[in-house]
Amino acid sequence: MFSEATPFSIQIALILALILLLAAFALALLRIGNADSAFDRVVALDLVGGICLCFLVVFAIGFEQQILLDSAFALAVMSYLGTVAFARYLEKGRMK
Amino acid sequence: MNLIVAILIVLGASFAFIAALGVHRMPDFYMRMHAATKAGAFGALLLLLAAALYFGTLRGAITSIAVIVFFYSTTPVAAQTLAESAYRRGIKMWERSKTDRLKESGEIQPED
Repeated sequence: MFSEATPFSIQIALILALILLLAAFALALLRIGNADSAFDRVVALDLVGGICLCFLVVFAIGFEQQILLDSAFALAVMSYLGTVAFARYLEKGRMK
Repeated sequence: MNLIVAILIVLGASFAFIAALGVHRMPDFYMRMHAATKAGAFGALLLLLAAALYFGTLRGAITSIAVIVFFYSTTPVAAQTLAESAYRRGIKMWERSKTDRLKESGEIQPED
């Protein structure tokens, strides 16, 4: 599944990490589904951004592609800007 | 070295899972935000450290450390902005929480 040069112990760790991250993704999406307010959705969306960053790092290790770490940096920047923009927007606009 | 990298990968993924579990189970918005930002950022930090150790090149290390510094310093800022605007909009705390120092000091008035 992963690249041939990856050592065996790291392959096992990567598969375990993928399972844990998929479970985390599902829990965050469940919280987006039954949120109490719009702020809850923004927090869960921020967490989904962080989990996507973790996925990118796992794939970078598994497929020996260092370029994926650069895209992780871009994702971190966009996730931060999106959260701050949502916070400012929800403070002004109507909720409910 | 392989063993250290493997342990760091599994630990980082478990911290991300704990963050998602907190977001799913905590009773109130502020607690959820606390769980998501702290544990989520720490999980990403461990995974990026594992990547830096695994690649062992200057480029991988510099990129990983740049992402760590940026992500670890901006996540609390975003969470604080979000909490302040939620408090201004009058999002309620859990009914069994004991103190609200911000209300006692009177610096921010909730809308409703």
